[in-house]
Amino acid sequence: MALLAFHHITKRFGSLIANNDITLSLESGEVLALLGENGAGKTTLMNILYGHYTADEGHIEVDGTTLPPGSTDAAIKAGIGMVHQHFTLAENLTVLENIMLGTESLWSFSQKQSPARKKLAQMSKDYGLAVAPDTPVSRLSVGERQRVEILKALYRDARVLILDEPTAVLTPQEAESLFTTLESLTKQGFAIIFISHKLHEILRISDRVAVLRRGQIVGSVATVDADRSSLAEMMVGRKVERPRLAPMPIGKAVVRLEGVTLQNRNEVPRLDQISLSVHQHQIIGIAGVAGNGQSALADLLSGLSSPTSGTFELLDQAVTRASPANIVHRGVGRIPEDRHHSGVVGDMTLWENLISEDLRVPPVSRGGFLIDQKACMKRAEKLIEQFDIRCEGPEAETKLLSGGNMQKLILARALSPNPGFILANQPVRGLDEGAIAYVHGQLLAARQRGAGILLISEDLDELFSLCDRIAVIYHGKLTRSFDAKSVTAGQLGLMMAGQDPGDIELPSGQTLEQAKASITDALQNQGTQTHAD
Amino acid sequence: MQIELREQIAPWRIALAPVAAVAASLLLGSILILWVGAPVGEAYLLLVKGALGSSFALTETFTRSIPLIFTGLAAAIAFRARFYNIGAEGQLYCGALAATFFGTGLITLPPLLMIPFLMLVGALAGGAALAVPVLLKTHLKVDEVVTTLLLNFVILLFVGYLLEGPWKDPMSMGWPQSESIIDEGVFPKLVDKSRLHFGLLFAVIGSVLCWTMMRFTVWGYEIRAVGHNPSAARFAGINVNTTVIRTALISGGFAGLAGVSEVAGLKGYLTLDISPGFGYTGIAVAMLAQLHPMAVILSALFISMIYVGADSMSRAVNIPTYIADVLVGLSVLSILVSVMLTRYRLRWR
Repeated sequence: MALLAFHHITKRFGSLIANNDITLSLESGEVLALLGENGAGKTTLMNILYGHYTADEGHIEVDGTTLPPGSTDAAIKAGIGMVHQHFTLAENLTVLENIMLGTESLWSFSQKQSPARKKLAQMSKDYGLAVAPDTPVSRLSVGERQRVEILKALYRDARVLILDEPTAVLTPQEAESLFTTLESLTKQGFAIIFISHKLHEILRISDRVAVLRRGQIVGSVATVDADRSSLAEMMVGRKVERPRLAPMPIGKAVVRLEGVTLQNRNEVPRLDQISLSVHQHQIIGIAGVAGNGQSALADLLSGLSSPTSGTFELLDQAVTRASPANIVHRGVGRIPEDRHHSGVVGDMTLWENLISEDLRVPPVSRGGFLIDQKACMKRAEKLIEQFDIRCEGPEAETKLLSGGNMQKLILARALSPNPGFILANQPVRGLDEGAIAYVHGQLLAARQRGAGILLISEDLDELFSLCDRIAVIYHGKLTRSFDAKSVTAGQLGLMMAGQDPGDIELPSGQTLEQAKASITDALQNQGTQTHAD
Repeated sequence: MQIELREQIAPWRIALAPVAAVAASLLLGSILILWVGAPVGEAYLLLVKGALGSSFALTETFTRSIPLIFTGLAAAIAFRARFYNIGAEGQLYCGALAATFFGTGLITLPPLLMIPFLMLVGALAGGAALAVPVLLKTHLKVDEVVTTLLLNFVILLFVGYLLEGPWKDPMSMGWPQSESIIDEGVFPKLVDKSRLHFGLLFAVIGSVLCWTMMRFTVWGYEIRAVGHNPSAARFAGINVNTTVIRTALISGGFAGLAGVSEVAGLKGYLTLDISPGFGYTGIAVAMLAQLHPMAVILSALFISMIYVGADSMSRAVNIPTYIADVLVGLSVLSILVSVMLTRYRLRWR
């Protein structure tokens, strides 16, 4: 008998059918991947399982017993454990307190601490999830917080673990260690539902893949029989290919950094004597493990900070005191790392977000003061069509857009003035396959038109498919750039882990997997923490 | 009970929220009235009559709403930029000080110039009172709630010192009050034989200007962007500090105008009790109006109706006038709840 079975689950929100007649089952010791684009209904289905929503039709069985609908308590009692995408931990409490919270009664909280501590120690040992029980959660890294979330579910004797986009916030190394954990859990009989839209992760970790599209199961296959392109096609409903770059001669330099240092007083420099140039018709990739100075470099190039020393030239003019407005007006298009945090004002409308970078410039406002709403609206309508932003119109609130459409809005704002230089910081983070292909296509088209582009990414696949040259950033230092066609993933991997490029001689033909393994090894040998920045 | 996000928010829900909030606060208030042992229906009827039942009552309600509109605007605009100005009370007194300083004979101009001049210096004084807190906030990250709140007491004590000392009117027979504003500076009456003055018109113009600014200008755009998401505003090239400072000066200016209008419009001189907490009540006005400058007029009228009506109700049925404060407090609470309910639905099971 299946450990967990969904029977004909249907859920409607108004006229939208979020889940349509979904039937699925899960055995113990199995990792089932739930694959689908944003909005395909994955999270809705899990919320029904966990009792946040009630299904309109259908029911769920655990061990052959029907789960009472709409009750989170019943789901927890039946052994369902949810690891949310956004963590639900109290930052000022310790690991142990967080794990006990919600399970143990508050009246006897302190007496229960010592048995809880024992149970936690045992769990940590059994499942290889090391945590320090008395550390406040606020001091933990993202990866460690996720470990606490998992332990919290296990503490409640969960047998089925649901992980909703668990790697979205993790570095590649943290993701790898999460996968190791999941493997050891399945060996001990736990069942895992792994929600993601990242194909390589699903191929890496799951036993079986169920693909959701527009609320329906469109396919269910054993992972051994699946490959990247077949899954992508099932998920999107058509063949999607990420565009790749074609070689072309470069033009003059658009950005030149020469010995640039960025340093707050008495602190370790965020950028240490870096030199870099980007030319027209060229995409330069910056590889590196998160937190090695990428955001400092992005801050510098988007005008949020000025160099402490060194020269920064933009289109042949020196930049001394930078500001975002100044940088934009010199012809820089910027795609920020975090759409929600710094890309858009979610509570304002689409058309308002499209004008935020040139508020005081004529067609947007008259005399730099009175906003010409008609002209803005017209421009918004044009951009919505040109960049294929799916929305209810220019008056719609921006926070209602899906991730992909929000990114298209940012592209529209950054690319429509035809900038000479484009800074793209993690431009496809959290996007689905269709949107990734779109963003990559737009960047390549901008390169074709003559823009120079700096692409910061943690994903080597992305860098290899888009960049002419790739440099590596490590502890605020930047290596020289290498021709993307001749450098190997292995060589980049070693540089990402801090090896001097001069020392690197590798047999070519090393695979990406081997390279990643060598990065992990190198990091462990150093014992470095890379959560700074 | 569960809370679910509504996928779409019907416009009528947004419009209905303040109405529902007012109804809920009256309902909750009736529990207190019952507790005191007075008949609810009659008490509310007396309240409405006391506020709207005669031309005298009506003009009183309008008169009382003038400073509330000004302080309501002060709070609404500052809160939009997430600058929590709790010091409208002190800024009001600064505006009043400036009007008194220039209006009691120091300068004499024809009324058509004198009144705008007094309003200008009052607004500047109100803005100046916020300069220190806002600069501390933008440059040293000092919390503005604390500084603006505490500055209220400093300013009030300073006014007390002036009225007991150098500014005391020798003809006041010992009362701590200033000399009178010269005739050229006094606001004309809007309705004869009442206390209702031109300040109402100025307050309404202020609301319209404020709304126009928020809705149609770059300044308004910047205020909203900084209030909703400062890091995105900064990334887009908006100078966040400049915006916050400008917003604070405008906010303080409106609060200062409340003081000018009480001195030059209503009393004719400065005393220590020209404001029974208008600065604080302005926050309630702004919340009830959901920070919308035009709605501030309606919400100020509503709150002033409660205060004026509660006075006469308490005389008639022996309910403490504090019921007015309770009702205003309840209506702010209810508006917070009803705004939440426009965005989320509750599911009972």
